[in-house]
Amino acid sequence: MDYIMHLSVLVGVYAILGLSLNLVVGYSGLLSLAHAAFYGVGAYGSAILMKDFGFSFLSAVVLSVLITMAVGVLIGLVLSKFDGDYYALASLGFSVIAFGVFLNWRDLTNGAFGIFGIPKPEIFGYKFLAGEPYAFLVLLAVIFTFLICYFVVNSSFGRVLKAIREDEKALQVFGYKTTLYKLAVFVISAGLAGFAGTLYGSYISFIDPGGFDDLVSVNLIVVVILGGLASLNGSLLGAAFFVLLPELLRFVGMPDSITGQMRQMIYGLGLIALMMYRPQGILGKFRL
Amino acid sequence: MNKEILLQLKGMNAGYGGLRILHDVNIQVDEGEVVAIMGPNGAGKSTVLKTFFGMTEIQSGSVKWRDKKIDPVPHEVVRMGVSYVPQGRRVFRYLTVEENLEIGAYVVKDKKEVRRRIEEVMDIFPDLKAKRKEKSVNLSGGQQQMLAIARGLMTDPHILLLDEPTLGLSPKLVKTVFAKIKEINERRNMAVVIVEHNLKSLLGIVDRAYVLDHGKVVIEDTAESLASSDALERVFLGTYNKRK
Repeated sequence: MDYIMHLSVLVGVYAILGLSLNLVVGYSGLLSLAHAAFYGVGAYGSAILMKDFGFSFLSAVVLSVLITMAVGVLIGLVLSKFDGDYYALASLGFSVIAFGVFLNWRDLTNGAFGIFGIPKPEIFGYKFLAGEPYAFLVLLAVIFTFLICYFVVNSSFGRVLKAIREDEKALQVFGYKTTLYKLAVFVISAGLAGFAGTLYGSYISFIDPGGFDDLVSVNLIVVVILGGLASLNGSLLGAAFFVLLPELLRFVGMPDSITGQMRQMIYGLGLIALMMYRPQGILGKFRL
Repeated sequence: MNKEILLQLKGMNAGYGGLRILHDVNIQVDEGEVVAIMGPNGAGKSTVLKTFFGMTEIQSGSVKWRDKKIDPVPHEVVRMGVSYVPQGRRVFRYLTVEENLEIGAYVVKDKKEVRRRIEEVMDIFPDLKAKRKEKSVNLSGGQQQMLAIARGLMTDPHILLLDEPTLGLSPKLVKTVFAKIKEINERRNMAVVIVEHNLKSLLGIVDRAYVLDHGKVVIEDTAESLASSDALERVFLGTYNKRK
């Protein structure tokens, strides 16, 4: 049961990351590889605030999300000068920089040793320990994130994002300052990724830079594309596939010595097949 | 009665990234008139519209709106009452017809007014009314062009700039599009500038025409006069300056 709850929490965290990244990649057509940076800022922010400054879980979450959004404004302003492949490369650059900061700002992040003993969330006197309580908390967080994303994509703001994805130049003809829209969705997405980071840090109780490197950004793109671009349900499905598929492959009965490698290979081949036959993802409505 | 001059390019030298496309171009559009800008490929026709709309680099010369010099920037030009329908339709394919029209009404903040204008343009284009909830990717080429023009009308502009509105359409649809443009011009007393390649049939709906060649205005004439001469053909054959 603990194993299932553990996987549920991970699926939930990845679902929040997938939903938030889909706003930028799927709905706005901006291939951002900076998401791990925001995930990390949220995780480190709340860990430091709770552990070193004695903040409560809720206030640490709110403050870290705000910090992540502020970082999102800075990065988004720079990224607004790019588009297409250059956008992806520049955003990857930020992911690398963030990893460098997590690794080298030892006074704040404890460098490669990471931060231990991050407290479990306590809300109105109730402590959310690992297992069912934490899975329930993450479920609430996923619902909250889903509702925010649903509201964003179904509003007139969301309609403009979809139009940006299709033809940004044509949109400018009607007087839209598209840079502001792109920045706004990037910051919302960053804040939600930071939120996922706070949940992850408190759950695992330990974070280190390796959990937020550029490979994580690539994995999150995989979650979004796997489930489906411009589909919120797709992000939930993508997160479930991403976390659970490798776990399911544990039970196929391969010799222990090759299970790990085979799991990665089968997973990789599955992704290649998906890209060949359904590039918009399982539930996707749009292809990059 | 003298009509007010709406939009003017005076001594315009403009282009992109240091490259000069327009050379000393003088063009004016009066209130309520339909003006054609014609010429062979690479003559600078679309650049004229983009310059009106602030999408080129102005090297020298001026743009005037109602006789006042302006520095055109797209989001400000839209608010002044200029609407631009770019080449190639460029409708948002995964948005519905109605959503496309709403996008076109960005500068209109009153939601009731947006609804009213949607109904108004739907009356002009009944084909769109029947497909209002359909994604525009499902519309035919002609319907997409109608949608592009309808979207340009959502700001209720004083002047509509159309860049090759009949590109890729069958002759029958070309006729329909031209008829709609004339209808809009007459119903709303809206000035229209149409960039077209070489369609003599266009001269049937315009008041005046400018013919460009190599970035220069080589002919400025009334539609009737241009239709009855061979000047347009000579520009396209490259013999206009030689026999002029």
